Amino acid sequence: MTSFLLSGGRIVDPAAGTDETADLLLRDGVIAGIGEGLDGKGAETIDVSGSIVCPGFVDLHTHLREPGREDEETIAMASGAAAAGGYTAICAMPNTDPVADNAAVVEQVWALGREAGLVEVAVAGALSKRLEGKKMADIGEMTRSMARVRMFTDDGHGVQDSLFVRRAMEYLVAFDGIYAEHCEDASLAEGGQMHEGERSAALGLRGVPAEAEELMAARDIALARLTGCRLHLLHISTAGTVELVRRAKADGVAVTAEATPHHFSLTDATLSDYDPNLKVNPPLRGESDRAAVIAGLADGTIDAIATDHAPHADHEKDQEFLYAPPGMLGLETALGLAVTNLVEPGHLSVAALVERMSTFPARLLGLDGQGSLAEGSAANVTVFDPAAPWTVDAEAFHSKSRNTPFGGMELRGKVSHVFYRGTRTVSDGRLMSEALV
Amino acid sequence: MIKHLLSMDQLSAEEITTILDTAESLRQVTDRPIKKLPTLRGRTVCNLFYEASTRTRISFELAAKRLSADVINFSADSKSSVAKGESFKDTAWTLEAMGVDAIIVRHGSSGAPHQLSRWVKASVINAGDGAHEHPTQALLDLFSIRERFKDLEGLKVAIVGDVLHSRVARSNVKGLITMGAEIVLVGPPTLIPKEAQTWGARIESDFDSVLEDLDVCYLLRVQQERQAEQLFPSLREYASLWGLDNRRMQTMKPDALVMHPGPMNRGVEISTEVSESTRSIILDQVANGLAVRMSLLYLMLGGRSEVDEIPLEAIAQ
Repeated sequence: MTSFLLSGGRIVDPAAGTDETADLLLRDGVIAGIGEGLDGKGAETIDVSGSIVCPGFVDLHTHLREPGREDEETIAMASGAAAAGGYTAICAMPNTDPVADNAAVVEQVWALGREAGLVEVAVAGALSKRLEGKKMADIGEMTRSMARVRMFTDDGHGVQDSLFVRRAMEYLVAFDGIYAEHCEDASLAEGGQMHEGERSAALGLRGVPAEAEELMAARDIALARLTGCRLHLLHISTAGTVELVRRAKADGVAVTAEATPHHFSLTDATLSDYDPNLKVNPPLRGESDRAAVIAGLADGTIDAIATDHAPHADHEKDQEFLYAPPGMLGLETALGLAVTNLVEPGHLSVAALVERMSTFPARLLGLDGQGSLAEGSAANVTVFDPAAPWTVDAEAFHSKSRNTPFGGMELRGKVSHVFYRGTRTVSDGRLMSEALV
Repeated sequence: MIKHLLSMDQLSAEEITTILDTAESLRQVTDRPIKKLPTLRGRTVCNLFYEASTRTRISFELAAKRLSADVINFSADSKSSVAKGESFKDTAWTLEAMGVDAIIVRHGSSGAPHQLSRWVKASVINAGDGAHEHPTQALLDLFSIRERFKDLEGLKVAIVGDVLHSRVARSNVKGLITMGAEIVLVGPPTLIPKEAQTWGARIESDFDSVLEDLDVCYLLRVQQERQAEQLFPSLREYASLWGLDNRRMQTMKPDALVMHPGPMNRGVEISTEVSESTRSIILDQVANGLAVRMSLLYLMLGGRSEVDEIPLEAIAQ
């Protein structure tokens, strides 16, 4: 295995409180040292001065389309897109076909991720069988499978039955599992195409009120308090939800939350041309919600930036707005959007950015060797230039799908090198073909 | 003139006036023994209807034919390519490949005409999209009001009923405000989006309180399924609170007009006495629809023709 000496970069490792200009030595797949004058004998030296050197990013929320919709994206292709975006680990959502509601499916996803070998593929299990919110999925067996499932969710749907939620939370405590919720009250959100507000009224599209998310977030916080279960709120999007999480944390409830790049970058004002690539669930909200999400990321109320990467085939997105499925790609634009919209305007320090994109997600999922540059830890490292400008080109994506609304957008913050377990997966911004075995 | 007509947002007061003035000239054609002009000879207009429609489709078809265009009617019903799974985009490209000059589109998905206009070179005219807009309905309504009041500036107009789901209401609010009218939206709060205040309209739930000031009372169709969705308790209660019957009509000014885009639910939003009264201009609306649609096709397609161009003055003579 090749050794690398990353020379002269700004090393940012929030887990250790490190933020200094130094060299980083990767040897035999592990972090061999940080500092000046390291013994780089036999190592390939890469000049990374002016760049940030940090633990590889960890995405808490990736929709892998395998098994079931390999035409939209395979696990291998999603792994390539993830590596190109600076990730060394992703967490697969369970809404595949068949649903990841049992040990066999989560092990299949996990094994296909290992086979692709570009990033670590962690797997979130379903809470309920077939995501129906009625019968508990094989939670215990999934935690004990090779996939070592830690987080459980029916993402794509909110769990409507409060008694089911209570039972699932109580049960999860035995396995130190995390209850993760897609907060959406189904009756309030019924038929909704976009955020409910001035824009939906003008465009004649049925809206999803912010309250559809907030009601369920409030219920889950109450039940997490009752049961003592760890609660993680997926892709929160409204000012009200941010405030609920802020208060719950102050009250000592074990709750964490994530937000997506599209929710801190875009609002419902972009929908006036009815571009189906802007249709997501939860929907793009109003400007005050966007500002609240940014404030939540800035003060730590929101712990993670997660992509909700959701590939869709062209023929599915190229439909009438009403019929197009919700979701957009996220892995290859997350860093650029975060640097451009959070770091450059001064909302987030680089250290806080790394904390939200790597340190916290790795800790939440309990991934050893991720989210840390500690000596002896697996060499999962990302190098990015925070000032480098680039233009989003969907045709150049490694994803199989093209459903992004960010095409043509000018961003700063570009991944230059990525190392996964000591193997270089991205070099000078290009996905390494030899890594694609 | 604009390339596509997707929304009333696109039209200024001057442009609306041009469309209505042109419609007035073209309407005289209807009174001739040979009701046809050669203006759009060799042009092809396609009616692309994804929702059932009688009056709008026939009105567009007749308007195009009176201008000598060739007309194709494409309805997305059980016998069409859509039933075989053809996508909207492929249907659009198919029509484009056949060389149509204008596509008149009606669709249940709001924004479908916007999407279509990005895929084809032909002019796109929105004939109703979801709960978004129905601009030609608004234009014919403006024409019908102007016929009676000459000037739209300062007129007090109530739009009554299911504004939430109504594309007619959205287009009319925009058009009327552009022309200087004052609008009050009346109905149960479940059917009037509170954000409508940002449209420049006033919102009122008490129908009786607005009647005496009105110049125009515009009633929207109440769909039966809204009752099933529990947006109001019953059609009977709706009729008693927001239906226009003879008693309510008598409190209106003598020259105030009653309008309805059709098809009507007699006994719900409008009583038979009202619809057949002298204040009702509901059938004028239908007749004027033809002239307004001819005007639009003339202005949008005629201007791009080098041959067979007939000056408007020549038509009016």
